[in-house]
Amino acid sequence: MIDVVVFFFLLGVFARLVKSDLRLPEALYETLSIYLLLAIGLKGGIELSKQPLAALAPQVLACMALGFVIPFVMYPLVRAMRLSGVDAAALVAHYGSVSVVTFAVAQAALAREGLAYESHAALWVAVMEAPGLIAGILLARWSLRDGRTRTNWGGLMHDVLFGKSVLLLMGGLLIGAVAGEAGTAPIKAVFVDPFKGVLALFLLELGLVAGGRLAEVRRFGPAVLVIGLVAPPVLAVAGAATGWALGLSTGGIALLATLAASASYIAAPTAMRIAVPQANAALSITAALGITFPFNIVIGIPLYIQLAHQFGKIGS
Amino acid sequence: MNKHAKTLLVINAEAVLEKNLSRDVRERGAQGWTVTEVHGASLEGVREGAWEADRTIEMKVICDEAVADAIAEHVLATYAPHYSVALWFTPVQVLRPERY
Repeated sequence: MIDVVVFFFLLGVFARLVKSDLRLPEALYETLSIYLLLAIGLKGGIELSKQPLAALAPQVLACMALGFVIPFVMYPLVRAMRLSGVDAAALVAHYGSVSVVTFAVAQAALAREGLAYESHAALWVAVMEAPGLIAGILLARWSLRDGRTRTNWGGLMHDVLFGKSVLLLMGGLLIGAVAGEAGTAPIKAVFVDPFKGVLALFLLELGLVAGGRLAEVRRFGPAVLVIGLVAPPVLAVAGAATGWALGLSTGGIALLATLAASASYIAAPTAMRIAVPQANAALSITAALGITFPFNIVIGIPLYIQLAHQFGKIGS
Repeated sequence: MNKHAKTLLVINAEAVLEKNLSRDVRERGAQGWTVTEVHGASLEGVREGAWEADRTIEMKVICDEAVADAIAEHVLATYAPHYSVALWFTPVQVLRPERY
């Protein structure tokens, strides 16, 4: 059974396909995204306060390594599909980085199935945003090799680490960890209880946006379609294996599989646009937002939960 | 009323360039500028401004003609090859020339 929030996404896609005049005000989109990032961070932070920090270090390092390695593994495969070096580098950076909303939908699916997961998982999302982008930029520089391409690493890292996503996720995690369960109780009515409703509204908007990218798929041909559909399940296996090796719970394995399978469509396009202007931005966005995002939330996440069950059995 | 001739330079560009453009126009002698978010279409396609990577800005700079030329030259050379950029000039009249 599809989770109720996914229906909102499908409604958005439908509205777009039938050329409805439905459009969410930009200020609302901005507000909802801030809310979701903070709420996801807070929820993780409350649990973080109960964890010994040393125990988290291997998870953080493994998540960062996973995000960094994904672009290097994907790059030659994407190149083999006749994408230019610089386009391939920008595209794989999107897959090395992660999608917070895909993660939120996976969390909702796990909650519905009553499958427990590491509640501090938001920390994995926060640390997985940047490594894939760095890997993508390194690949782009290598593919250009013209000696003229300079990367303003300082500016770029500033934009990623202090950009909206990481700042709010980390900020929420810290506030949650410091305030704890009792301290956050007064704001629970805003940040915890209405979460799923807000997620549904946000997915309606993303449905409109993703629906708009669907028409672009034809423009880029079958290569983008194949990458957008094949990369997520393959990457999910890598994520699940990493989660299994870390000794995560079945829910945790499913979440890490989802994160590995997801592609960034907020931080990555902005960072890549500045760092690798030569790359075709529409191509990456079409794959990440037009194909992979809908695939993951409609078909992928239930598959990754099944996959996690299989990995969970190996451990027992 | 004493009016003075200046040039209004309007730059439409991907929103991701706002920080760079703000730095560039200041470095070339502009004393102020205004930025608004817009949406529309160009040769490169439709930009609806529906989410972060799809936003477009319109930057308006009122300055001396030479400054506007220098800014435009820089924008054309630096950004136009890879980004969606449009720019145009309009003669305008201002009341307090020292502000521009």
